[in-house]
Order: sequence, then C-alpha cells, then structure tokens
Amino acid sequence: MVENNNNGDKSPEEMVTLDEKGQFLEQTVPGLLSSYEIEIGRSSDTLALIIDPKDLLGIFNILKHDSQTYFDFLVCISVVDYIEYIQIVYHLLSTTKQHKLVVKADLDAGQPSISSLTSLWLGADWYEREGHDLFGVWFEGHPNLEPLLLYEGFEGHPGLKSYPLPEYKEW
Amino acid sequence: MVNMGPQHPSTHGVFRMVMAVDGEVVVDVEPHIGYLHRGSEKLSENELYVQVVTLFDRLDYISNLNNEMVFCRSVEKLMGLEIPERAEYIRVILCELNRVASHLLFFGTFGLDAGAMTPVMYTFREREKIQSMFEMVTGARMMHNYIRIGGVKNDVPEDFHRRMHELIAELRKGIDESDKLLSFNEIFLARTKGIGVISADKAINYGMTGPSLRASGIPMDIRKDEPYSVYDRFDFGIPIGENGDCWDRYYVRVEEMRQSMKIIEQALDQIPEGSTITPTRLVLRPPKGEVYVRGENPRGELGVYLVSDGADRPYRVKVRPPSFCNLMAIKELIKGTYVADSVVILGSLDIVLGEVDR
Repeated sequence: MVENNNNGDKSPEEMVTLDEKGQFLEQTVPGLLSSYEIEIGRSSDTLALIIDPKDLLGIFNILKHDSQTYFDFLVCISVVDYIEYIQIVYHLLSTTKQHKLVVKADLDAGQPSISSLTSLWLGADWYEREGHDLFGVWFEGHPNLEPLLLYEGFEGHPGLKSYPLPEYKEW
Repeated sequence: MVNMGPQHPSTHGVFRMVMAVDGEVVVDVEPHIGYLHRGSEKLSENELYVQVVTLFDRLDYISNLNNEMVFCRSVEKLMGLEIPERAEYIRVILCELNRVASHLLFFGTFGLDAGAMTPVMYTFREREKIQSMFEMVTGARMMHNYIRIGGVKNDVPEDFHRRMHELIAELRKGIDESDKLLSFNEIFLARTKGIGVISADKAINYGMTGPSLRASGIPMDIRKDEPYSVYDRFDFGIPIGENGDCWDRYYVRVEEMRQSMKIIEQALDQIPEGSTITPTRLVLRPPKGEVYVRGENPRGELGVYLVSDGADRPYRVKVRPPSFCNLMAIKELIKGTYVADSVVILGSLDIVLGEVDR
C-alpha cells in the first residue's frame, strides 16, 4: 500500500515551479498591469492572478490584445463556491505562444456580480449563463442571461454548497 | 419560425433549436440545451474520488475511456502519483482505439445526416469489432470504469497483441472502404463543401477545439502542444483542413482515424512489461490544492478543474466539455444557410449531449 499523502502537508503550489513560459509571464504581466491592483499566485504549475472584480474588463482587454501575452483563447470559466465568498476562475491560453494563465476574482457571496466577457470572447456566453444558472452570479452586460441548463422557473441555484442534495439510501 | 427537436433523430440526442426562417433561409437560430442535465459536477462533490470516475464515463458516452483518463490524470497530478509505464501504454492504446470508434460513429451518422444510408452499415460493422475488443479487455462495451486512479484495472489478456494487430488491419481496410464509398461522392460533396464555413479567428473566439477547430486550419492538438502520458514518444501527424466547412470537419476526422491507428501500432511495439497499477487506498485524500488538466478527446479539449480541500471527496469538479464549446458556434454556422443544411452543420460538429448538458 502506498501512503496517500506521500507529499506530506505541502500543497501542490509549493512543490511545482513554473516552466520557462510561466517565468516569462511572471516577469511581464505585473508590468503590463501596473495600473491595476493584482496579486500574483500559483494554480498548480500555472501562474495565477488574483484581481479585483471591477477591473476585470480592463485587465482582460490588455491580456488579450497585448503582443507579449496575446491570450486569444478563453479555455474555461469556472465558478467555485467557498461559502464565505464566490470565486470565478478564468483559464486563458495563447494559441500562438502556447502559454497559460489563470485569473481569479473573489465575489461577494450575498450578491455575486461581475462584468461579462462576452464583448471580448463570444465563447464566454454559455459559461456565464451556466454560472448564472447554477451559482446565481450576475454577469453585468451579458445580452441574455436566461436559464441554460435548468428549466425555466427553476428556483434556487443548485451549484451552491448550501443547496441540498437529495439523500439516497442503499437498498 | 421552425422548431427542431428535442426529439428529432438528427439532433443526436435531446437538443432543440428554434430557427427563424425567411422562406428557406435561416435568419436566426436559438439553441436550447439542458434536457439531459444531471448535475454531474454537483454529484461529483458528494462521491469518493474513485466513484467519480464512473460519472465521467457518462459524460461523453461515445468516448468513455478518454473521459476516464482525463479525470484520473487530474487526481494523479494533484497527488503527485506516478503510474507504471505499462499502464500509460495501455491507456494510450485504448484511448486511441476509442477515438477511432467515436469517429466511426460520426462517419456513419454524418452520412445519414447528409442523406447517405449505406456508410452507417459499414462503419457500425467496424465499430462493433472495437466494442468487442473493449469488452474483452475491460469487461464492458460502454461505461468501462477501466482506467483507475493510479493505472488501469487489470492487465490486458494474453492474446491482446495478436488480436490488436488483426483488428488494426481490418479497421484500415474498413475505413478505406467507407472512405471510398462516401468522401468524394458528388452528392455528398455538394451537400457539405462550402456549407457552414467558420474562419479560424471566429472558431478560436468561440472556444472551439478538436477536429472542428483543426478543420479551420489551426493545428492545435494537446497531444502535441502539451504532451501528456506517453504521447511524446510517438510519431504522428495532425490533419488540418483548409476552409473550415462541413466537408473539412468530416475529412479531418477520417484522417485522424488513420493517425490514431499509427499511434496504436507504435504503442504496441513499445509497450514494456511490468505492473499496471500503483496501489492506492480506496479512500483517497489528495492534498489541498487545485489543478486544471487538459486532454485531447475525440471531440476536442476536455478540461477538468479540480479543487481539493484535503477531504475524501472533491470540493469542486468543473468540467470543460468540448462539445459544449463547439455547439456554441452553431449560431454563427447556421445563420444564412438553408434549413436543409442545418442538419448537416449540426452533424458536422459531432456533439454528444451527455457532455453538453452534464
């Protein structure tokens, strides 16, 4: 039997160092976004930025169009419910430079709201509708935030930790 | 207004489109999804890590093994778990075989969408052989639960090599035969060439991945860009299209089947002896942290964003399903085409609703 936690108490963030592309980003990105307040962190082996939700559109505009970063591909938008706050995680990729970036924004759990990215990426559309559906996040400026996965008239946001799962019993 | 679906044979599942038409031309389309929403992500938060693998089987139910592999890799990355080399090779062989099976299914049904009844008989015959092979190795035709965290469930049977070589030879012949039958048929070309064109920029903007993106001329393939498992040890090409129309999306997949078989043959030659699983506990407790793991599925990039809080169940599992993103572009593709073409365009995206709705 192999021990489960053979890494001790270390989280993966501490174990993995950035690769070359990640180091390049770590040096360039803070300079590009010097007018914004950002915090640099790690998400596994990728560089992560923690930003203020209100700066979202400005920061993504720079990240997408600057020739050094050129993040043209929005891979995924995830919403995570941490109970005290709701975190939105954006995974970005550059198809030409092949580097990756994770951008995170913490939202108020009571009334989560953030700007929509649909003006930059058409592909953000359904992710945001899903986030609205399952987590109740309001995406400011989204053209059509109607239910996507759930049916119309469904009450509650089943993605949240507070939403109960029906208890199944073995029989 | 024309309503199509949710129960309609050419929607490949329960998918509904509301098309606003002007005569025969579609001027606007509103896709509706969610009929198959089972809350897989939410369910995953309530299951042990080993149990979540079975839920991933049921996302993209045409390419189960590829799905299992991505999830298992994400947990292994989180735990820093090394897996035996033999297991890596078995995974690659079966995943590529699954890719061929998935594309064969697409081949047949796409023919049906375009009005060709015969090819589906041929490709299903070939696909059946792959399913029998899966049954021999994993014990199930679908929903295998064969790839486990740490390796694979059991070693392959004794005559696996011989039967795989036979299977590959038969598949090569079968695919060439179907290819001859359909690909350059004049009616088929007229139905698919120049229909549903999407430019590379637009495709990237929509987040399309996999064969649907490569048909627009972008050679983006995670197996090459960011080689995982043992993919860096094989010599294979990435077929790309030129125009990004339905025919390109179709033919990229045909060529991909040939490349997959090339990978399988190389893997069969290289596969080492040894154990097939790193034993782990039944109740896994990965350290606190998060990972995003990408894998090249038959339909594109399957991503898993896994957050662990150190407990025996995942804190959050977010799935980035390839079909979901490819389907988003349907608005762009269908607008301005004829109603009759909408079926072909939808077919060319090769969606699986189990994965779109989760």
